[in-house]
Amino acid sequence: MNKVPVELRYNESHEWVREEDGVATVGITDHAQELLGDLVFVELPEPGANLEAGAECAVVESVKAASDVYAPLKGEVVEVNSELADAPESINSDPYGQGWMFKIRLSDRRDLENLLDAEEYADLLASEED
Amino acid sequence: MGLQTPLFESHQRMGARIVPFGGWDMPLHYGSQVEEHHAVRRDSGMFDVSHMMVLDAAGNETREFLRYLLANDVDRLDAPGRALYSCMLNDAAGVLDDLIVYRRAEGEYRLVVNAATSEKDLAWMRARAAGFAVEIRPRPELGMIAIQGPAARAKVLPLLPPELGNRARALKPFHAAEAQGWFAARTGYTGEDGFEVILPGDQAAEFWDALAQSGVLPCGLGARDTLRLEAGMNLYGADMDETVSPLESGLGWTIAWQPEDRAFIGREKLEEQRQAGGLRRFVGLLLEVPGVLRSHQKLFSGERYVGETTSGGFSPTLERSIALARVAPGSGDRLQVEIRGRRLPVRVVKPPFARHGEPSIEL
Repeated sequence: MNKVPVELRYNESHEWVREEDGVATVGITDHAQELLGDLVFVELPEPGANLEAGAECAVVESVKAASDVYAPLKGEVVEVNSELADAPESINSDPYGQGWMFKIRLSDRRDLENLLDAEEYADLLASEED
Repeated sequence: MGLQTPLFESHQRMGARIVPFGGWDMPLHYGSQVEEHHAVRRDSGMFDVSHMMVLDAAGNETREFLRYLLANDVDRLDAPGRALYSCMLNDAAGVLDDLIVYRRAEGEYRLVVNAATSEKDLAWMRARAAGFAVEIRPRPELGMIAIQGPAARAKVLPLLPPELGNRARALKPFHAAEAQGWFAARTGYTGEDGFEVILPGDQAAEFWDALAQSGVLPCGLGARDTLRLEAGMNLYGADMDETVSPLESGLGWTIAWQPEDRAFIGREKLEEQRQAGGLRRFVGLLLEVPGVLRSHQKLFSGERYVGETTSGGFSPTLERSIALARVAPGSGDRLQVEIRGRRLPVRVVKPPFARHGEPSIEL
């Protein structure tokens, strides 16, 4: 069973969000990393970039395939996880911790309500398995 | 749902991620493709390759037929138990399939062909066999397991039927032995030492489990692909197919031009191509910056489009990205690959990329 931490928010394209003081940390979920397999390369957004919700903003490449990562919320990129350049496998081993990808200063915190909570995301995973 | 090999339940029990491949449901990996890759380079790993088709050819004119059918010459097999890699071409010298042919006792031969092409291959062979005293018999009831890596042979030998074990111990590379319905060949698709064992399908699961007990790691198609790529071995359907010549696929070395009077299918066209010249080069590529090479990425020399990658991926041994590619003649050794709209530098290198767990190109 894939881990779905209760304190996080999710979107349907398998990104997770942890919000603190108007800044959202974003990564890909345990389910997403497992589907992709061993990650070998990550392309991150430029700090300072303004993202629209749903925009392609990063790429993760595994031994198997390349996959786009979408901005779950509208805002400005304030920090990226540069450690991933040398250790993309952190996303496999610790998707919700060391494997975080980038941080966005949210344009509007109320946008968080558009995301799924843990229970809704777990339901989505269950329905995808059917 | 696809076809299932005799090991399908073993794969499920061992936690494999199953994917469709060439009409079959096959294991992609059992957890980590990269760990499986390293196991084969450093110790031993095993692959279920039962989806590949074994074809046994027998009859008074089998030798003559195979000398007509294949671009390589089975007369190079100067004794029973020897193996040969060959392309099977169409009349336009396109590659219908690549295969291994083993010479068996008493003028019989065994061919192992790719899964996805096996039906087409068999139809082609039978059509071209008209006029030859030869019978080609598919053997779908057989299973096939490849055990590869520096420690593979030592782990396999005690688990073979005793009579075969004794003979297999003495095998040189590209040789095979058989006994009691089992067949062991010192061949593979990883660049490492090891065996490919063909055995009755109903005994395959027991053998697989015994190998696992001996510490041989189950490996999926994912690791099989990165291992063969590092070893500079072609993948049928990606690096070559029926629309391209072996001369443009890095397979010129598999064509037996001598003796000149051997008329094999595709020969006339190959001779024409060789005389006309201007053939595209088939090369290895190393990506000089972070990123991942994949098949069908466009290649440039300055502003000039020169060709594309035919297969590519991340090399766990080199921790760099590598590819095979078909490029215009005279395009030089410093090229650029287009990935998501950006041009990144790649260097032409001579495969194999890695051997015995170490890089064999300059990084």
